[in-house]
This record gives sequence, structure tokens and C-alpha cells, in this order.
Amino acid sequence: MSVASTRLRGPLVLTRARWRGRDAVFRTGVAATSALVILIVAATAVFLVFQAVPALRQYSIGSFLSSDRWAPSEATPTSNAPNPYGIVQFIYGTLLTSVIAMVIAVAVAVAVALFITDLAPLWLRRPLSSLVDLLAAIPSVVYGFWGIFALLPALAPLGTGMSTALGGLPVIGAVFAGPFFGPSYFAAGIVLAIMVLPIVAALCREVFAVAPVAEKEAALALGATKWEMLRMAVLPRSRSGIMGASILGLGRAIGETIAVTMVIGNNVLGISASIFQQGATMPSVIANEFTEATQPFHLSALFVVAGWLFVIALIVNIIGKLIIRRVGEAIA
Amino acid sequence: MTRRTLTALGVVVGLALAAGCGSTSNVGGGQPSAQSSAGFGSQICGDQASTKPGYPAPFAPVAGGVKSLSGAGSTFVAPMMSDWTKTYSQQSQVQVSYQSIGSGGGVAQVQAATVDFGASDTGMSAAEIAKAKGPVLQIPLLLGAVVPAYHLNGVGPGVKFTGDVLGKIYTGQIKTWNDPALVTLNPGVTLPSEPIAVVHRSDGSGTTGIWTDYLTKESPDWVQALGGTSRSVGKDVAWPTGIGGKGNEGVSGVVNQTEGALGYLELQYALAQNTTYGQVQNKAGKFIQPCVATVTKAVNGVAFPANLNTSLTDGTDPDAYPITGTTYALIYQGQTDSAKAAGLTNFFGWVLSSGQDLNASLNYAPLGPQLQQLSVAQLKKITVNGNPLVP
Repeated sequence: MSVASTRLRGPLVLTRARWRGRDAVFRTGVAATSALVILIVAATAVFLVFQAVPALRQYSIGSFLSSDRWAPSEATPTSNAPNPYGIVQFIYGTLLTSVIAMVIAVAVAVAVALFITDLAPLWLRRPLSSLVDLLAAIPSVVYGFWGIFALLPALAPLGTGMSTALGGLPVIGAVFAGPFFGPSYFAAGIVLAIMVLPIVAALCREVFAVAPVAEKEAALALGATKWEMLRMAVLPRSRSGIMGASILGLGRAIGETIAVTMVIGNNVLGISASIFQQGATMPSVIANEFTEATQPFHLSALFVVAGWLFVIALIVNIIGKLIIRRVGEAIA
Repeated sequence: MTRRTLTALGVVVGLALAAGCGSTSNVGGGQPSAQSSAGFGSQICGDQASTKPGYPAPFAPVAGGVKSLSGAGSTFVAPMMSDWTKTYSQQSQVQVSYQSIGSGGGVAQVQAATVDFGASDTGMSAAEIAKAKGPVLQIPLLLGAVVPAYHLNGVGPGVKFTGDVLGKIYTGQIKTWNDPALVTLNPGVTLPSEPIAVVHRSDGSGTTGIWTDYLTKESPDWVQALGGTSRSVGKDVAWPTGIGGKGNEGVSGVVNQTEGALGYLELQYALAQNTTYGQVQNKAGKFIQPCVATVTKAVNGVAFPANLNTSLTDGTDPDAYPITGTTYALIYQGQTDSAKAAGLTNFFGWVLSSGQDLNASLNYAPLGPQLQQLSVAQLKKITVNGNPLVP
């Protein structure tokens, strides 16, 4: 090491001026690349708004958010009320399926990650984590096909059972009201959970792996069981990490398109409280309709949906960042 | 195994094959069930004469055509188009590339004149043609059927439907399979007391256009529920009930996986996926099995307007299957490039004659003799800088 540095010193001194020049080039290049990223985001936002303007002009801006009925066939070139392009049901569907997915995925991912980092026998850890990573490599259209042909039939007994057992209960009964036919918010949530799982699990694994060994060993030395050690030395340290992983997973769940389109049942005409009924998400309606958006203001209204999707994704990310910062401070 | 048992086995297999050959288009997929007497009965579907019409070439190929053409549009016609273009390229060394981007996309590309021809399952409206760069010819290329497909354990193919009943099912007024209306139509068939899981397309589609056109003609309940005929027909309507599947594969996937499901599919797709389908009552009151022979009959007696753009559902022929439609080629009447115009005329002249013999192999029906003549007459209207191309 010291030999190498003495050897290098000579030429370094001689060419310092030239290096400064390269430094400037490097700095400009990196800055330009970052500027490009910001420019692309801004340009996308401007483009979405620009394309949405005809529909926003025809119908009032608020009318999109005060209706849960999307009926392009009822649009005419002249009438402007009621707005046939209500989008509340899409926002609801996007959030509901994401919540179902996150409830399942985060619980499973934390368990899988803990097992891989601290509990599994050493020989099993690598193959297991590769297998979990492999889930992320499966294209989403394949998840959609698998969803239709394997998941839906497999869910039928569970869904029917849950809707008969819980559907009659007061208050929460509405959430489980049947009949369960297969395509539903519930099915979409489960497919999303599987797609989000590898992202959350991989990040949690990294987070758990860096938990201080000294504290883990201290806990064990004090006579803690494995579970007590994880609870005292690993999980509290990892809270912001788990949060961060969940937000990244949520980002994927909100934007996921084709797999959800294939199993959610695509009901665009209203909101259903029951997770066993059919619904639609913001990406799914765009995927379904943009190719044949021939009705008046149809395409433009789809851009309104895209714009709101952009806004919601942005809000989720900002909230996520805030949560991570707060949780992080609490630990420090 | 002894020689005698082998011989016996051979005889049985031979008989089974012979029986299978006679009824290739008679079986609606699924296993015919012993518990139910649903079935198609004896219909004209075994008649092979209508499958290869052998129309003669309408005119001698025009010399000097281009060697490559581009088209875009309907997904409904895409499998047939790929067969036509492949066979045609072998015979004529002309390459035709076709992008199946959907009928709406086909119309848009014709309006923008970015392709040599478009294809759409619904004709272009006057307003759409007004946005194009000149008069557009609409030439029917083939006939296809949309069928009610279902999944019911213990019930075989051939359950009978009327337009009125289908309309009531799609508005949610009929909710179970053993509804009196369905039971009356199907004496001898044991329909279960299960809820009907109604399935429709979630993406805009010509298949939906044909299906809703039929429901609009036959079911006042359907029209009323949708709020008038202007809203009850279209590639995408405001479905009062049901599960939306994306594409034919989405609908057939849900139908095949869900007990009690009823959806609508293109005939060729239902056959390919082994989905069970029923028969539908036509204008003459007969229950008709969808197949090449009954679909070809659908155009008999239809009064075509000058631009050939009309609905083909609910034909008056007693053997016509009622839920049928066509795909139109969309071509500018006034061409400016004579080589391109010759290439287009030759290709579609071939499609409307020899090409029609290929239709039945993919379960599309050939155009009937009357419509074939009308299509050819339409094709002959192509002009190059104002002069007709074909005498």
C-alpha cells in the first residue's frame, strides 16, 4: 500500500492541473445526467396535463373526483354534465388492492427475511434467498396468467368459505359479502402481494443483516431466547428499514398494471365495499381502454387518470420518505 | 396382448376416428355429459359444401404491383389475416404485413394514412370518414360468430338461449341458472341452482360490438337498462353487471375457471380453448348451433346499403346463426400511387376469391355468394388519380 502510493505521487503532482480539468468535465457530466432525470419527470408531468386538458376543460376538474362511474359510451361531444368519466372507484381500487397486498406481503417478507438471516441452517440461507429473489424476475404478465388459471380456482374454496362465514356478520359482513366468483379486489391483492414480496424481503434481509452483532450477542449472553434476541436487538433497529422496504413495495403495487388487469374483474362503474367483488385500478383502466379509446374525450380522460396516478405515486413516496425520517430519528 | 385383442382395438379406434370426422364442427368443446340431454341435435353444421366456396378470381391480376403492403387494425381478423398473407406471399411473392392493434387503431391509422389498408370490425361512420383524407371503401372480408360460452358441471354443450334471455342475464335481471326462463327453453336439461357469473370484455372490442348489437335488436330490457339504443351498442358499453376480462383470453380464462360462468367469445376462440358453448334462437325462431355453415347463411336476405356498412346480426334465413359480424378492409378509394393500388387490388382480389377457401380451417365463414360479389364490386371502385384500375 505505502509502496504503491509513493510510486504514484510523482506523476500525480506533475499532472494535477490536467486532473482538475477532468474533474470539471466529470462534474458537469454528472450534473447534466441528474438534470436530465429531473427534466424527464417534469416533462412527463407537463405532457400528462397537456393531454388531459381537453377533458378537464369539457368537464369541471372536480367532477372527476366526485363520481365513481366510468361510462365512456355515455359521453357526447357537446354535453358536459354529468361527467361520464368519474375516477374515484379507480383510486379506491388502487388503494384497496395495495393495502391487501401490503398487509400480506410485509408480514410474510419480514418472517422470510428473519428466517434467512438468523434462523435458517447455514446451508439453506443462500438457496432460499436466491429463490425469493427469483420471484422478482417473473414477468408480471406471467403472474396474470398464473392468476387466472391457477390462483383463481385455488382461491374459490377460500373465498366462498370466507364469504359464507363472515358475510353475514354485522358491520364487517359488508367487506366479505359474496358471491365469490374469482376475479376480485381480493385476488388482485394476493397477486400483488406475491409480486411485492421479493422486493420487501430482499431489503429486509439487508436491514436485518446489518443489525449490530455485539448487541445480538449481548442479548443472548443475558439469557434471551432467539425470539427475545430478535425482538430486542434486531427488530427495533430495523423499523425504519422495514418501513422503507414497504414503501418501495407499495410503489410497485400501486403502479402494477397487467397482472392486476387480468384478475380484478374490471368493474369500472362503481365502488364495492366487499373485497370479493370486482373492481378496477387506475393502471388497469388505462391498459384496458387506451387502444380503443374512440369516444369523445375518452383518451383525454384516460390522461386525467394517468395524471392522478402520477400524483398519488408522488404523495405515497413523499409520505414514505417522511415516515422513514421520523422513525429513523426516534431510533437515534 | 394377443393378436385378436389388437385387431379389436384397431376396429374400435377406427370407428371412433370415423365418428369424430363426421362431427368435427358439431362438438362445442367440453365433454358431452350423460347427466344432461343438452346438445346440438341434428343441424346443417356437418355440411362441408359451404366451407370451400371456390369463388373464381374476379379479375386478372393488375400488372406492376408493389411487393410489400402494410395494414393494421382488428384483432378479430388477425389469425385469418396471418394465414392469408402467408399463403399469398408464397403464391405471389408479395409480402403483406399486418399489425393487429385493434379496430379503433386501424381506423386511426387509415385516417392518418400511415398504412396501406386498415381493418375494422365496425364500419367507419360518416363522421370518421370525414376526418380521413378522402373517401374510404369498406370491404367485408369474412364472417365470424360470437357465441355464448359457459361452464356448468354436468351440463354439456348446446344449452339454448334467446336474445331476450341473454339480455336479461346481462342486465342482471336473470341471476341463476335455474331461472324459469332458462328452464323453459331447455326441457330435459338439469340446470343447477347456481348464480350466473356474467363475464364480458373489459377492453374495447369488435366482439363486444357484435354481441351488444344483437342484444339491442332482441332485448328491450337490455336497451332500457343501458339508457337507449345510442348507448346499448358499441365496442365498450356501461355493463350493468358482471366480471370484465381483458381480451378473448381473459374472458375464456374466467369462463373456464368459474363454475356457473357465462361469457361471450369468438367461435374460433371458444373451439381452440375447448370452452362449452350454447345455441341461440334466430329470427325464424329456430335454435341454431354456431358453425361455418350457419354463419355463412347469416348474410342471406340482408339488404346492403351502397357502402356495405350494415349490421349482420339477426339474419332472416331459417338456418342463419344470429350473432354474426364481419371485418371490413378500409382502403382509400382515390389512390395516387399506381403500383401500390395494383398491389392492394391484387391482394384483396385474391382474398375475396381463393382466400375464402381458407376461412373455414380457422372457423371463420366465407362470405356468401351475394356479399362476395358486392365486396368485389367495391374493390373495383379503386381509382388511380381518378382513373379506374380494374375495368
